Amino acid sequence: MLDSLKRNPQLNANGELTHLLSIHGLPVEILTQVLDTASSFLEVSDRDVKKVPLLRGKSVFNVFFENSTRTRTTFEIAAKRLSADVINLDVTRSSTAKGETLLDTVDNLVAMHADMFVVRHAASGAPYLIVDHLYRVGRRDVHVVNAGDGRHSHPTQGLLDMYTIRHYKKDFTQLTVAIVGDILHSRVARSDIHALKTLGVAEIRAVGPQTLMPLEVEKMGVRVCNDLQVGLKDCDVVIMLRLQNERMNGVLLPSAREYFRSYGLTPKTLALAKPDAIVMHPGPMNRGVEIDSEVADGPQAVILPQVSFGIAVRMAVMSILAGN
Amino acid sequence: MPLTNLPDAEMQCVELAKLVRPQLQPNTMLVGIHSGGVWVARRLHELLGMTGEIGQIDVSFYRDDFGEKGLHPQVKPTLIPFDVEARPLILVDDVLYTGRTTRAAVNELFDYGRPASIKLAVLADRGGRELPICAEFCTWQVELGDNEELVLEPEVAGRLQWKRVEHA
Repeated sequence: MLDSLKRNPQLNANGELTHLLSIHGLPVEILTQVLDTASSFLEVSDRDVKKVPLLRGKSVFNVFFENSTRTRTTFEIAAKRLSADVINLDVTRSSTAKGETLLDTVDNLVAMHADMFVVRHAASGAPYLIVDHLYRVGRRDVHVVNAGDGRHSHPTQGLLDMYTIRHYKKDFTQLTVAIVGDILHSRVARSDIHALKTLGVAEIRAVGPQTLMPLEVEKMGVRVCNDLQVGLKDCDVVIMLRLQNERMNGVLLPSAREYFRSYGLTPKTLALAKPDAIVMHPGPMNRGVEIDSEVADGPQAVILPQVSFGIAVRMAVMSILAGN
Repeated sequence: MPLTNLPDAEMQCVELAKLVRPQLQPNTMLVGIHSGGVWVARRLHELLGMTGEIGQIDVSFYRDDFGEKGLHPQVKPTLIPFDVEARPLILVDDVLYTGRTTRAAVNELFDYGRPASIKLAVLADRGGRELPICAEFCTWQVELGDNEELVLEPEVAGRLQWKRVEHA
């Protein structure tokens, strides 16, 4: 077992956040601290000079072992608004392709004086391996942000979803939240469920076909609904998940059209939720697969505000980590 | 010498308003530094019968001790509800000490535009400057020990009151 996994590797000796790997295991105080700090950063993007000097002179390396232009761009914008120098590495096409191991890549970047890594990896746990390695080589001044690892976790997406919910609904404790779609392959769903639990949401529903439900998902404290109508009934927040095209060709689903008929969010199905329910989506959307255009462009959708909040939340995470 | 009888902060606000008044131009705006400076700026705004809203600034993102201390756990949003460009500004704080907070606030204001001028108004100046900064308007010169701190508190019933805090 990795040394760092024996305790929470995300927290330093004072219990402060020094890496962000997963929302699981973070106390409510830290989640609230991130959300509160993000609300102060929101205003920075409206200024003449959209920058604060907090991370001036620091180097943030975006290390993406898996492609994701959008996530990488939002981290890049966030780091630049904090005045950090940002270096984007498309490792899939360079060092890794030449046979370098993950940790050798990390050592090389540390030798280039990296202060923070933003890591996306197809393998669950890859950012943990990096953090463990940094502890081993005694580099406590280098911070790691998980930008999505395998099916495991996507903590900044989870935090920006929480920011969005708090922005529109204020209090978590009375809410019913439905997460709809491919729960099985979704790190966003896992991060959202952990965060919603920690923040004390009244009811969390996992809605989707049984073939796309993780085993024993009920043990995470969610109610499973295979019927969309039941799942959406009277809920306050609907989080739609992206149905990845590559799942379509497998054995899990008959077809995109069939899926849309059973689980697509349309004005008719959305009407089952509370009238003031908000509709969220982590993007990119598949219109006509998981969500109808009329809903995606409708008054209840908060999908674009999510993107703006995402920048502020990532600024908050990076500045909190860099200070601890 | 220990400070026993602390002056009335509300009276000092009245006095500060008297000092500021002759220097006000029609388009002057006040900017308070969180938290004490915002309370004082609100008092001045009322006492001077100014229109428009005051600006509020939290310098946490501009501090020079971020490297040692990290991010302040309770950052408040900076709100500048007017155009800073070519405008005379009065920066308001409760206590002036090293001048580092003032430096951070001035830097932050310039990210909103180029003001015509920035003047500094404070209730208390406790000396100990580490930067070339001084206050145009000040009601109280006070000497404190290195381990002492002067804190402005909004008392119950909304009356501002000084409190002297001694650190170990």
